[in-house]
Amino acid sequence: MLLEDLSHAFGPSGCEDEVRRLLARALRDKVDDLQTDALGNLIAFKQGTGTQPRLKVMVDAHMDEVGLMITRIEKNGLLGFRVVGGILDRLLPAKGVVIGQKRLPGVIAAPPVHLTKPEQRRQVLPIDQLAVDIGANSEDEARELVKIGDYAVFDTRFQVLGEDGLHAVKGKAFDDRMGCAVASALADGEYAVDLYLSFSTQEEMGLRGAMVAAYRIGPDLAFAFEGTVCDDIPKKEDVSPTTEMGKGPAITVMDRSFVADQRLIHLLIEVAEANGIPYQFKQPGVGSTDAGAIHLSRAGVPAVTVSVPCRYIHTPVSMASLNDLDHTVALMRATLAALPEKWRAA
Amino acid sequence: MDIVPLLKRLSEASGISGYEREVRDIVREVFGRHADEVRIDTLGNVVALKRGAASEPRPSLMIATHMDEIGLIISALEDGFLHFQQVGGYDDRVLLGQEVVVHGRRKLPGIIGARPPHVLAQAEREKPIPSDKLLIDVGLTPDELARVVRVGDLVTMNRSFVELKGGMAAGKALDNRVSVAAAALCLEELSRTRHWWDVYAVATVQEEVGLKGAVASAYGLQPDVGIAVDVTFAKQPSTPDEHTYELGKGPTIGCGPNFHPKLQQALMDTAKSLEMSVHLEPAARVGGTDAVAIQVSREGIPAALISIPLRNMHTPVETVSVKDIERVGRLLAAFISGLDDDFIASLAWDLGLDKE
Repeated sequence: MLLEDLSHAFGPSGCEDEVRRLLARALRDKVDDLQTDALGNLIAFKQGTGTQPRLKVMVDAHMDEVGLMITRIEKNGLLGFRVVGGILDRLLPAKGVVIGQKRLPGVIAAPPVHLTKPEQRRQVLPIDQLAVDIGANSEDEARELVKIGDYAVFDTRFQVLGEDGLHAVKGKAFDDRMGCAVASALADGEYAVDLYLSFSTQEEMGLRGAMVAAYRIGPDLAFAFEGTVCDDIPKKEDVSPTTEMGKGPAITVMDRSFVADQRLIHLLIEVAEANGIPYQFKQPGVGSTDAGAIHLSRAGVPAVTVSVPCRYIHTPVSMASLNDLDHTVALMRATLAALPEKWRAA
Repeated sequence: MDIVPLLKRLSEASGISGYEREVRDIVREVFGRHADEVRIDTLGNVVALKRGAASEPRPSLMIATHMDEIGLIISALEDGFLHFQQVGGYDDRVLLGQEVVVHGRRKLPGIIGARPPHVLAQAEREKPIPSDKLLIDVGLTPDELARVVRVGDLVTMNRSFVELKGGMAAGKALDNRVSVAAAALCLEELSRTRHWWDVYAVATVQEEVGLKGAVASAYGLQPDVGIAVDVTFAKQPSTPDEHTYELGKGPTIGCGPNFHPKLQQALMDTAKSLEMSVHLEPAARVGGTDAVAIQVSREGIPAALISIPLRNMHTPVETVSVKDIERVGRLLAAFISGLDDDFIASLAWDLGLDKE
């Protein structure tokens, strides 16, 4: 399963090389052109079968994941670090990581409960008091294995949790390797429109890759795919789950980065209902997506975000439903097949 | 024997206190390779006997290494998610975002879920979450979940053993599977040397919930000498300098009221003769190791404690130096091969009457 390889690939923001190479290998025989740009975006082009001038459709998914960066090497051989992207300090103690694409294993140390006072246990350990232990006994030993600026990611394995029901899977980096899986699956089809599959870098740094990719492509309209927030655990307070796992693709109406194009939202709903594909709306106001950068590119691009709900994103291990992934791919294939007619009519 | 593969097997096996079956099967096989007899006693302890060369009745020594681990237990099901309580003691702060295995009607991989920062207020992000507010998610619908999980099912950490650089390794349950590995090494070493005493290597159950396995096995075996092997705190950031020991610089030998002073000294002497680096670990109070239970079994047994330094105790990434484990195996074997007919007498308290 491509999703499994995508989840295992090492790719914190600015270090997406493994993901880029994996996608290039997976796509090269299915597309007409593969390009990279200055920021490391991978842009695959699939020429449409319709007559010229053809509609230019951009689909986007970001390759980068949240991770860690080694920022200091201590005399005792332990490694200080900072987070790359939004990971809360309270998630860090007692986790396994791998450093660099060579995957040097390490663990984030946590003091034994026996030697901590009850009042200490009520405080989150701040990141500057945490360290990665790779087994080096001294600064010199550590320097032979690691250098300042090396990236690290959690050492989480992908796994299918159930064959029926929700058909759940767990793994790291579902934000946004789920989106990468959706976009890659679209390369299998034939469409009337020109399709640009853009796999962007540095979304977690503020949508930076998508910004320049959209400028280069200059699309007529765009779809961003995400593995997005799903907060459907039982809660005492009556707050929105943002999205719910197993209820189909989540369509963004508005988030912190953009207001989605109404025509595209209606197109997605129409296609979903015509094809009996379940869908849901993402609670407005949560998170930012590449569509936020794409819709302001050049003189503006109609854009919408479609997401696979993922529980526990921005933590060492997230969970999603393969049914939702399949339904998202089905919705997007059918939507692309409805172009350009449905768009011209809108 | 290369103990790293054995450590991996032991670390990844599950065996919460009272439910040690999976790890017990491994220990039984491993101890059995170099023992004359292996049996499982009433409480579930693995008891391996390696007979000595002296004529009967022979004195005996018991090595106690607990094989149980701490874990979690399911306390309620709610909308397809699982509430849990602790069995043993984790710092609540290390549980968030961990992977677990729920031992229901089948083994279910799961996640102790952490809500993403996107939906949390700033004040909430900076607070730890007590374990009674955490939920385990195994990705099943409420109906499916109710069929395979019930209240009282156990939960272990789902973490692969990993070899680090510098001869170190990390994993779950290394407290106290490292000592089980050390006992296995000792048995192997004894099969190459002559020893006079009978040796019982016992992998005890239910240490983490009150030394239950050691209480019963010490009573049953009535050894002349008992040595518990456990883990101690290794130096690491945010731990006090006192009560902590360098990783990879040798085991500790306990001293204080729980331990027989002459037995402790004899172990120190053996280490010295091996030119092995060991450290005295003072324990001023009654401690929480199997030695404490052995000491007061029946009419009392001379007891000692050897400990292996370990970082991140009671977390899924407990970290040790493989060299320290090998040292304990050698120390035990050398000590046992040096035991003779006179050793028991040498432990007698000096009443000072000879001078009169």
